[in-house]
Amino acid sequence: MADLSINMAGIRSPNPFWLASGPPTNTGYQADRAFEAGWGGVVWKTIGDPIVNVNSRYGALGYKGQRVMGLNNIELITDRPIEVNLKEIREVKKRWPDRAVVASLMVESSREKWHDIVKRVNDTGADGIELNFGCPHGMSERGMGSAVGQVPEYTCQITEWVKEAARIPVLVKLTPNVADVVYPGLAAQRGGADGVALINTINSVTGVNLDSLVPNPNVHGHSAHGGYCGPAVKPIALNMVGSLAHHPEFKIPISGIGGIESWSDAAEFIAMGATSVQVCTAAMKYGFRMVGDLIDGLGRWMDSKGFKTIADFRGLASNRMRDWGELDLNYRIVAHIEPDRCIGCQLCYIACEDAAHQSIRLVEGSRVPRIDEATCVGCNLCSLVCPVPHCINMQTRNGQPVKSFKEYVAAGEAPRGNYPLHEGDEAYL
Amino acid sequence: MLEQDLDRRTQDPEANFADIKPPLSDEYAVVEANRCLYCYEAPCMQACPTHIDVPEFIRRIGTRNVAGAARTILEANALGASCARVCPTEMLCEGMCVMHHMDMPAIDIGRLQRYATDHVMKHDIQVLGPPAPPNGRSVAVVGAGPAGLAAATELGLLGYQVVVFDDKPEPGGLNRYGIAPYKMTNQEARDEVEYLRKTAGFTLKAGVRVGRDVTLEELEKEFAAIFLGVGLGSSRRLQIPGEDLPGVVGATEWIEELRSKPYHEMKVGRRVVVVGAGNTAIDAATEASRLGAEQVTIVYRRGREEMPAYEFEYELALKDRVDFAWFTHPVAVLGGDKVTALRCQRMQPGEPDASGRPRPVPVPGSELEMPADLIIKATGQESQESLLSQVKGLVLKSGKVVVSESYQTGNPRYFAGGDCLNGGKEVVNAVAHGRDAARSIHAYLNGKGA
Repeated sequence: MADLSINMAGIRSPNPFWLASGPPTNTGYQADRAFEAGWGGVVWKTIGDPIVNVNSRYGALGYKGQRVMGLNNIELITDRPIEVNLKEIREVKKRWPDRAVVASLMVESSREKWHDIVKRVNDTGADGIELNFGCPHGMSERGMGSAVGQVPEYTCQITEWVKEAARIPVLVKLTPNVADVVYPGLAAQRGGADGVALINTINSVTGVNLDSLVPNPNVHGHSAHGGYCGPAVKPIALNMVGSLAHHPEFKIPISGIGGIESWSDAAEFIAMGATSVQVCTAAMKYGFRMVGDLIDGLGRWMDSKGFKTIADFRGLASNRMRDWGELDLNYRIVAHIEPDRCIGCQLCYIACEDAAHQSIRLVEGSRVPRIDEATCVGCNLCSLVCPVPHCINMQTRNGQPVKSFKEYVAAGEAPRGNYPLHEGDEAYL
Repeated sequence: MLEQDLDRRTQDPEANFADIKPPLSDEYAVVEANRCLYCYEAPCMQACPTHIDVPEFIRRIGTRNVAGAARTILEANALGASCARVCPTEMLCEGMCVMHHMDMPAIDIGRLQRYATDHVMKHDIQVLGPPAPPNGRSVAVVGAGPAGLAAATELGLLGYQVVVFDDKPEPGGLNRYGIAPYKMTNQEARDEVEYLRKTAGFTLKAGVRVGRDVTLEELEKEFAAIFLGVGLGSSRRLQIPGEDLPGVVGATEWIEELRSKPYHEMKVGRRVVVVGAGNTAIDAATEASRLGAEQVTIVYRRGREEMPAYEFEYELALKDRVDFAWFTHPVAVLGGDKVTALRCQRMQPGEPDASGRPRPVPVPGSELEMPADLIIKATGQESQESLLSQVKGLVLKSGKVVVSESYQTGNPRYFAGGDCLNGGKEVVNAVAHGRDAARSIHAYLNGKGA
């Protein structure tokens, strides 16, 4: 079986699966249960001056009868005293020396405050510190959380303060509520961070109760925006992780977070450049036992691909990220329907007819549609809506040499519209 | 399982006749609806004789627009509630579901349809109409079965003053008096009629027999057009000696009795023999079994392969411990003051007959006697010839009314649909006839031909 152990910015754990800072990592009791289940690390629920929470705290988005495709929370950082949290960290770390325990921290933006709490954490035996510059609700109104993470200068400054006092690795947790995550990421690196963790939650309202017309969650007749997480945010997180991993100036390790629910989600994040991955929503939905499949599934997949360590495939996918202008404009694929697999739902037909390029024809006396290759632009939509795996395959029809938009422009050529002419179209090009 | 079945056959009939397709819960309905792929020009829709837009109504259930789902159903099929219960969905919509091609169970279309239609009926939500303003013309509908109710609903919505006549004490036709109670209860049949009456505002005259209590001439004077949805008549006779002994009943009449009084008042006897192997025969056999008969045997002169009953109905009968005597043909009913046995003759398959099936040929010297307390004849029904023959110009062929493509009979003011036209098919076929005939009547009365 593949070796799943990692060293994330000096923080070691037997597998890359960490519980993200949040409700599942609130107490020593929970950390013990998580480690018993097999988790490689725990990022403690953010420690700082204890707060008072509201009720209720969560909203969720379901999809087609499935629950919690996305989750939103307006819970704040820990509501327990700092010393209680630090004492429990110390005890947990004693019981689980081989696992990673990372203390998530958030205090007011003063050097003194940060020095004070970092020094107290240094003595607990914790393996690292994570700076919560991401929480987008509540704390940000008090000048903390994403209020810091949204300003690269603040991010850099506070990271520097923390590094002055820290004797253990420091990760900076980034907020996705920015135009381009590369800037705060580079700022954290500039401030001396040993690594970054992303993404934190996304500003959101999950829905509106159509009886009361109060947005979710309802706190005595009113609501506030919260932080969105769960499977729905995975594509956003993958892009942000990949864009940092792919950036030539960004050099420090990444802990990937955002909608990870399965071993394959985790593998995708690692391929996009993450070293450890963090999970919260899925554990909130299924409990800590879900880590069993994460470990087993990732190991089996790595074995099947011949990857012996996490480093063997880390970044293989982010390496393939390019600017759009560098993609090959001459690459041509067309849809092909396998008639033996087709079940005759004709969803490909109506998708292409109404929303793409009118390149699929219905066939008299048959439920299997036909592709009109001459007008098919290879957009892929039909193969995505097809409910049958491997029924619609995209086949290459190459002939011309590779040439990107940037290369066309550099050669003084300007590629113009390539809308395929349909029968009856006037030749307007 | 078998022990349970045995218990059921001998104890509480009320439980024996419980719903065989119980309703879906809200959550189940949403999850099941969301399995539907929303096919384009869906095969299920094409398979439905009334062409309900199945993917559309299922999608609406998935978005919890249940009344909207019911509207999609009822626009195409006013009797969507009864069809949801009694349609052989395995042979129609669900049989065509593309899920089969992925080795997955078909979408539970029948139960989803029931879910939506139950919702609007239970909460009294009108989803069709309101009817067009009265156009001053009136149409008579003869027969308050599925064809007649579909026609009356359509005509009522078009602004006609519609009067529906039926000779039974209650409207509903076979839905009320002919369907097996584990598919549809009396109350469900009543609720549906009442709902449609509210939708379309037609007048019901139950217990009035056209041709006896009111004459065709009177109808012709009062109504601009007449729709005949009279169904079929009494069960066919076997034409064998002893047939009129007490204890020999027609399936249609016996099921009507079953649907008209408490189960404990039904005299079923210990041993029941049902003659015929169509869907009505299966109904009668399973009902006899559920009433507590110890031994129920279906005798059929042909083999299992030729049996007209649907496969799932056959399996239902097997589960109810009904025995099948294939290639067995009744020749005489035996008994003194009441029936004691059915004398039968073994048959064997011969040369193909007009139907293409092997003609059953008697095996010489093969007679046998099957002891019976009750013999139920389920070999088809007569046509309503005594009434239909009174309509001037109306043509009957093999007992079935001959109509044009627009359901117009040889007498231009008379239209017809349902079992009297096709000799006895599904409720959904009758509904399609009634609806389309109503549209033809509308065209005819507006001078657009029919």
